[in-house]
Amino acid sequence: MKLEINGQTHDVDVPADMPLLWVLRDVVGLTGTKFGRGMAQCGACTVHVDGAPLRACVTPAAALAGKKITTIEGLSKDADHPVQRAWIETDVVQCGYCQSGQIMSAVALLAQNAKPTDAEIDAAMTGNICRCGTYQRLRTAVHRASELMAASAAKEKSHA
Amino acid sequence: MRNDLSLQAAQTRRAFLKTTATLSAGLVVACFIPLGLRRAFAEDAPKPAAPVIPPNAFVRIAPDNSVTVLLKHSELGQGVWTSIPMVVAEELDCDWSRVRVEHAPAAPAYAHTAFGIQMTGGSTSTWESFDQLRKAGAMARALLIAAAAQKWKVQAGDCHTEKGVVICGKHKATYGELADAAAKLPLPAEVKLKDAKDFTLIGKPTKRLDSKAKVNGTAEFGIDVKRPNMVVAVVARSPVPGGKVKSFDASKAKAVPGVIDVVQVPTGIAVLGKHFWAAKQGRDALAIEWDAGAGATLSSVAMREQYQKTSRTPGAVAKTAGDVETAFKGAKVIEADYTVPFLAHAPMEPENCTVEIGKDGADIWTGTQFQTFDQQLSAKILGLKPEQVRIHTTFLGGGFGRRANPTCDYVTEAVEVAKASGKTVKVVWTREDDIQGGYYRPMWHSRLRATLAKDGKPAAWAHTIVGQSILAGTPFAPMMIKNGIDTTSVEGAADSPYLESIPAHHVELHSPTSPISVLWWRSVGHSHTAFVVESFVDELAHAAKKDPLEYRRALLPSSSRERLALDLAAEKFGWGKPLPKGHGAGIAVHESFGSYVAQIAEVSVDDKKQLKVHRVVCAIDCGPVVNPLTVEAQMQSGIMFGLAAALHSELTFKDGKPEQSNFHNYTVLRLNEAPQVEVYSVPSTDKMGGCGEPGTPPIAPAVANAVFAATGQRLRNLPLRPA
Repeated sequence: MKLEINGQTHDVDVPADMPLLWVLRDVVGLTGTKFGRGMAQCGACTVHVDGAPLRACVTPAAALAGKKITTIEGLSKDADHPVQRAWIETDVVQCGYCQSGQIMSAVALLAQNAKPTDAEIDAAMTGNICRCGTYQRLRTAVHRASELMAASAAKEKSHA
Repeated sequence: MRNDLSLQAAQTRRAFLKTTATLSAGLVVACFIPLGLRRAFAEDAPKPAAPVIPPNAFVRIAPDNSVTVLLKHSELGQGVWTSIPMVVAEELDCDWSRVRVEHAPAAPAYAHTAFGIQMTGGSTSTWESFDQLRKAGAMARALLIAAAAQKWKVQAGDCHTEKGVVICGKHKATYGELADAAAKLPLPAEVKLKDAKDFTLIGKPTKRLDSKAKVNGTAEFGIDVKRPNMVVAVVARSPVPGGKVKSFDASKAKAVPGVIDVVQVPTGIAVLGKHFWAAKQGRDALAIEWDAGAGATLSSVAMREQYQKTSRTPGAVAKTAGDVETAFKGAKVIEADYTVPFLAHAPMEPENCTVEIGKDGADIWTGTQFQTFDQQLSAKILGLKPEQVRIHTTFLGGGFGRRANPTCDYVTEAVEVAKASGKTVKVVWTREDDIQGGYYRPMWHSRLRATLAKDGKPAAWAHTIVGQSILAGTPFAPMMIKNGIDTTSVEGAADSPYLESIPAHHVELHSPTSPISVLWWRSVGHSHTAFVVESFVDELAHAAKKDPLEYRRALLPSSSRERLALDLAAEKFGWGKPLPKGHGAGIAVHESFGSYVAQIAEVSVDDKKQLKVHRVVCAIDCGPVVNPLTVEAQMQSGIMFGLAAALHSELTFKDGKPEQSNFHNYTVLRLNEAPQVEVYSVPSTDKMGGCGEPGTPPIAPAVANAVFAATGQRLRNLPLRPA
């Protein structure tokens, strides 16, 4: 089957029921998307399909033919997406294992809601578990990313 | 207590020296690599492109002026990837922006200075290596200066350094330019270390060096390792602790597309596939008949009842003074039973290990905290010398104790699978394997009794603890189990500072055995003793009609570090000020791993019995601080981890099997439950303690005490469930 991942087309020979997560990790070799649970509630495997967040661990790859899949590797060229920059500035990560999923969820949230409140962040990202407990800095980082995105939008507008 | 810990560490190290043949001579940790190790090191580490200086186990300097710190500890979130290089860089006086970090290979030079083996644990990394790594940095700097002095024909004493450059008058040379010449010079006999007042990096909030790799998906965890011709294996293990395979039929598993092989190993049946999905589907298709053995009837309800009965019988004496029973006679005895459940560590990255057996040895890639044990036990299985087993430590996707297992279970199992199959293999655990696969924080029962003197202070205190020993049967046992007392079972209880003010006190321990395997879980014994002792002290304060803060202050010596932490937390929280209606505040203070942590939690319980933690104020005295951002992060982390256990997590057994399997029923803390945590450090020049674990112990009692303040309900079992 053909899958479009991070703007590239990959032709993969896998069983139809194989979840996208394992196609990404074990076949295509994109290991930034993580395995945490396998039951769609920990969020470590979050990717975007046509811009919307999706749990790759329970989604058969076959269902995604013709759709645009974005993983953490496809988010930016040099960790310079505003959400990634906010994460670095806020010193969010600890073990780091859940953070690809956290960032993909945050990017999706901010695309829908440019200036979320704490309660809105909680509601949108409570499906992403972090056992290191980076939750507090993570919340701060989402607010910071919101500011960075607003600033760059304003800059673009003034250039226009 | 720190002194005890140092003593234990020294004793443990001697025990290792005696009991481990492979760690005979040359264990003394030198700053510089002996020749034999340099060879091993050269094979192991990614080869630098150009000569590097000096022959130092901890620092490499390349001609491009980059400085690579070889990290002997494992980065599992706690921040050693940043704080340890800060210590080296402080004395090296290099350009911080040019510092890179790599995990060191497994080799004697990287042994823990107190434990004598290469390991990360016990919240020891910073203090155990502080002087060692300052010296390593200072020695490297001295060599670079000597090389410059020789080149310019000036006195070394006339040279100074600035951010990776040696300067003498008009002469200037970068460390990279001097590296080659410095590598050829003899080591200085002595180096002078900086005065703490001259530190420019140590003590300054410093951002993590591993952030970029961890936000763009490039950080390599064990589960991400890929080797040529590698296959992935998933292992079927006994559903009942201690069970064995009686018979199995692999025909259906072998018919699954992508399954390559099925092999039996001591822990169960391994299915090898060309990717995880094939191996997992294959495992699901196995037909296995298990011999459950003694674990077949395991029931945590029955165990809990038995523990309670046992707590009424005499145990091994851990601490005693005065005559408790006489003090209790005719007095009003306050009595309480406390329990905490078995807990899984549930790190986000499930256990995994990749093994490649070659002609001259074996290579192992995994996230581990016990490199020396991994090397020794793997070598034994493969009939190799330990140095022929090369351990490549990856980033660890959390550990919390699970990746510091003296039995090296997930490593040795992968070695067995590689050996039995003859293939390069990555064994991956599922979340269910992780939650149900053993090595739990033990279930504990505590019975407490006390009487109060006329002034309200305790006159007598008796504490009986029942729970499985973590150390029994491990290499740590000979020195850390004394007279039937596993020191980790009673830490925080037998050495509680409150006991010093109580004329008659008695702490006893029962260590029942069961087929359930147990292991340290973030803060080890303190994860139950802090809850029990700090809750019961709170009960006594209320029985004495005293304020819980003032009651604690009255029991603790005025100069104690516990008092300093308590006072700072109380001041920052605003202890005693009115709270919103329905809210309550609870306090707890506990020393663990050489650090003194006080926490105050503000909670409410709504009509639906939902317990909400609104705010936590945390004060820590961990001695001198290397990176304040790390201290803050680790206090927040320890609190969130402890809150998961205080509010949710519980592993129970029925008919021999764990009843929980994944995050839907083994519940952990989520974002919407995470309170705001304020962290404050007590300015301190006292002994340096740890940070990875000490944030965890006080949170459960602080929350339980706050529930009492808010509702009048005294909750004595974890997880806390308001009625």
